[in-house]
Amino acid sequence: MDKVIEQTTEATPEQIRDQKLYQAMGLTDHEYRLIKDDVLHRLPNYTEVGLFSGMWSEHCSYKNSKPVLKKFFTKGKHVVKGPGEGAGIIDIGDNQGVVFKAESHNHPSAVEPFQGATTGVGGILRDIFSMGARPIASLDSLRFSEPQTDQDKYFISQIVAGISAYGNCIGVPTVGGDTAFDDAYEHNPLVNVMCVGLMDLDKIEVGAAAGVGNSIVYVGHKTGRDGINGASFASFQFDSEHESQRSAVQVGDPFEEKLVMEACLDVINNHAKALVGIQDMGAAGLVSSSAEMGSKAGGNGMVLDLDLVPQRETGMSAFELMLSESQERMLLCVKAGHEAEVLNVFADHGVDAVVIGHVTEGHQYQLRHHGKLVADVPVDSLASQAPVYHRESAVPEHLKNVDQRQFSPQITNPTETLKRLLAQLTIASKESIYETYDTQVQTNTVVAPGSDAAVVRVRHYDKALAITTDVNGRYLYLNPRIGGQMAVAEAARNIVASGGVPLGITDCLNFGNPEKPDQFYELDQAVIGMSEACEKFEAPVISGNVSLNNEYDNVPIYPTPMVGMVGLIKGLKHVTTQDFKQAGDLVYILGQTHDDFNGSQIQKMQTGKISGKLFDFDLDYEVHIQQLTTQAIQKELLNSAHDISEGGLIASIAESTFGNQLGVDLSSDLTVNQFFSETQSRFVVSVPKQKQAEFEALVGENATRLGKVVDDNHLFVQATDGYFDIDVDAARDIWKGALACRLK
Amino acid sequence: MKFAILAFPGSNCEMDLYYAIQDIIKEDVELVSYKESSLTGFDAVLIPGGFSYGDYLRSGAIARFSPIVPALQKFAKSGKPVLGICNGFQILTEAGLLPGSLQKNVSAKFICKTEPLVVNNADSVFSSQFNAGQVIHLPIAHGDGNYYCDQETLRDLVANNQIVFRYQNNPNGSVANIAGITNRAGNVLGMMPHPERAVETVLGSSDGIGIFQSIVNNVANREVVAHG
Repeated sequence: MDKVIEQTTEATPEQIRDQKLYQAMGLTDHEYRLIKDDVLHRLPNYTEVGLFSGMWSEHCSYKNSKPVLKKFFTKGKHVVKGPGEGAGIIDIGDNQGVVFKAESHNHPSAVEPFQGATTGVGGILRDIFSMGARPIASLDSLRFSEPQTDQDKYFISQIVAGISAYGNCIGVPTVGGDTAFDDAYEHNPLVNVMCVGLMDLDKIEVGAAAGVGNSIVYVGHKTGRDGINGASFASFQFDSEHESQRSAVQVGDPFEEKLVMEACLDVINNHAKALVGIQDMGAAGLVSSSAEMGSKAGGNGMVLDLDLVPQRETGMSAFELMLSESQERMLLCVKAGHEAEVLNVFADHGVDAVVIGHVTEGHQYQLRHHGKLVADVPVDSLASQAPVYHRESAVPEHLKNVDQRQFSPQITNPTETLKRLLAQLTIASKESIYETYDTQVQTNTVVAPGSDAAVVRVRHYDKALAITTDVNGRYLYLNPRIGGQMAVAEAARNIVASGGVPLGITDCLNFGNPEKPDQFYELDQAVIGMSEACEKFEAPVISGNVSLNNEYDNVPIYPTPMVGMVGLIKGLKHVTTQDFKQAGDLVYILGQTHDDFNGSQIQKMQTGKISGKLFDFDLDYEVHIQQLTTQAIQKELLNSAHDISEGGLIASIAESTFGNQLGVDLSSDLTVNQFFSETQSRFVVSVPKQKQAEFEALVGENATRLGKVVDDNHLFVQATDGYFDIDVDAARDIWKGALACRLK
Repeated sequence: MKFAILAFPGSNCEMDLYYAIQDIIKEDVELVSYKESSLTGFDAVLIPGGFSYGDYLRSGAIARFSPIVPALQKFAKSGKPVLGICNGFQILTEAGLLPGSLQKNVSAKFICKTEPLVVNNADSVFSSQFNAGQVIHLPIAHGDGNYYCDQETLRDLVANNQIVFRYQNNPNGSVANIAGITNRAGNVLGMMPHPERAVETVLGSSDGIGIFQSIVNNVANREVVAHG
């Protein structure tokens, strides 16, 4: 066998050991010793250290989060594929599967917001079509600081522009998402992208490379020096003294991605017999896609000849070729003898494709460059055998000795307080963002952004998918476990309000540094809470992503586990939106209201911070109220349904009036303050007069009638100790204009 | 009758058009690759929206050099209907089949929303199902939809009744609120709004049906005349 050689311009294995050069690539002393003493039994060379640094990064290996992720509820009778593949799959009948996953691109977007966002969209799309599914919708869950400086505004507008540029070009509608603003995200904006695909269940593809002699085929863009070791970079945390480390961002090309997508779907659909496996080249590029494919197949090795990798720069080293995160690339395993057939398909679509290696006997992952062996490591050591850490957990300081009392809003003029609330960016309309997204391409969007969940029909079938992303980091900051439950519950409420039944979730777990016990506590508790809720809603976790180290100068973001939920609407006639539909309809609140203000928008608005003990939450009651709402929709008793979340009851009532030039005349035995309470498990619904008896019989004491929809375009709501009184047009103008105004 | 839908690399509305014709208008329809060189056997050609060649260089500027374009030019010259939507409109201006050009929106941002349009000319091959002055609602979705032409060209467009649709609330800065124009002969229409996105009320509007139905009726009438 050839001796593994090192390239002369790079540090020698001895230098790497003596000067601890591996640390700069993100490996710890302990991890380096593992590689040297337990895996290779020799000194690793520069290329090999690079391979391990990418593959053992949190981004690729989930080494800090794996023990936590095991706690997720992942079972369900409709789950076809759970976590572990590019994306999960759920059976929706008729031999159809819905495929979905979310991915974070927080770190790249904090450095270069436009490209960071574009490549976030591109990466998650590849995860979906590599499963054999056609992407039918994307959503974006964004978290920003309140825009104050020109730089803040620049970051927000560039991130939105990046999503718009990529998603619009590739022709996948951006149908929804959620955006919230809090200074907890200063320096660490969150850019989480969810993609949903649809496929025939008899065409599932997996990312595995099996069968000795089968070929490894490189597809798509040429490899350049962009995003070198980005996976490892994404696992660092930022601080103000190391701004220069902010490198390693990739550049997206949606046109190339469109060609690659169509070509890959062509191969999967029409040349399935030639194809063994297919995988996206995402984080840690070529090494991660090939090592994961090799490791998943089990029992074989792989050899790659790096001289065959299409390159757009000269003189690239093996390290650079393997760890480049150039975009729009895929890796395929093709059956020996079928290479020409597959390469021809790509040529027909105008996409570069080239055989760069093959599956071998044994278990070694070998790289050749300039005719020499430059890396030779066990394939499993890179992928399935990455180290796993059980981090220490400790209750954060801010959760000790918390004030048990609920905040009490100070309101002298309810209408003025409502006007201020509607201008809060987290509450205000996000139209100025989503208007720049193509929400309708593919012509299946039944409910576009602006209602509770997006609704995308399944063409030629009487069914639709409801899709939403949700999480309120403020609740998790006050109680990660209950807040985690609430994140799933809110997503489910949005699905239910749209006429759907939850199928499952994906997630992006955005947290701080897991090596800090208080940060690990938040991650662990949040996952436990989310999992408890998923089990109650029978909505298993089928895929997800982890983004840790979201800190700046050691200050972490709020714990923000984004929940992306998909639900099934059986029958398009059950699609429901939040807008009141006609004058005379009766308005009800479903669910009980309490004095729940800690962590609320009104607390933040009036005190500038959130604090105290998070209010109580009863998952069983939540499920009960949601089931009642579903029954009411399926019995066709509701003309509108809207979830109550940030801003409370009054925000939901106001939002329900904004769509159709209708007002309301309501009165209630709640106090003015309680109209801003954020008690969970509630909906605002409207019921046609002739359905009143049937609706009231169904819901019993769980609903309270507040009054009716009126056609004079005026909002009047009488509380026990005051009233709200405003023209709907005036309220809508404030709500619609606030964000665009703040971004100018 | 039979529609052709041209598909360029980066087109992304071709299937939307395909389903609109097949499922709603219920006429024959076939996708035709940009690599083809003939449009024989088709009664009308549709050029879909999207980002042909990524809109790199300039929207439509690369697509106009595709092998299919000479056949398209010949087809247009024969007097049969050609409809370019969004990127299809941009390709038609780049290919010299329509005057003027499409610039970046005044806001410099992509805009996706439903816009009210005024039917300015209800006598065209593409709008005979409407009444002059009628307001219809069609979605727009573009970054480069700001129609521009010089004053002389605009005078011609007006004089020859080539302006078929105008925006009621000009969303992109187009000259004279132009949303769609024909060539002088009236058989080639370019429009930025997407009629194929408005053929089912479940998706928000069915006003787009009138455009495709106008084409179908006019082709049928031509055949009657030809065979009569």
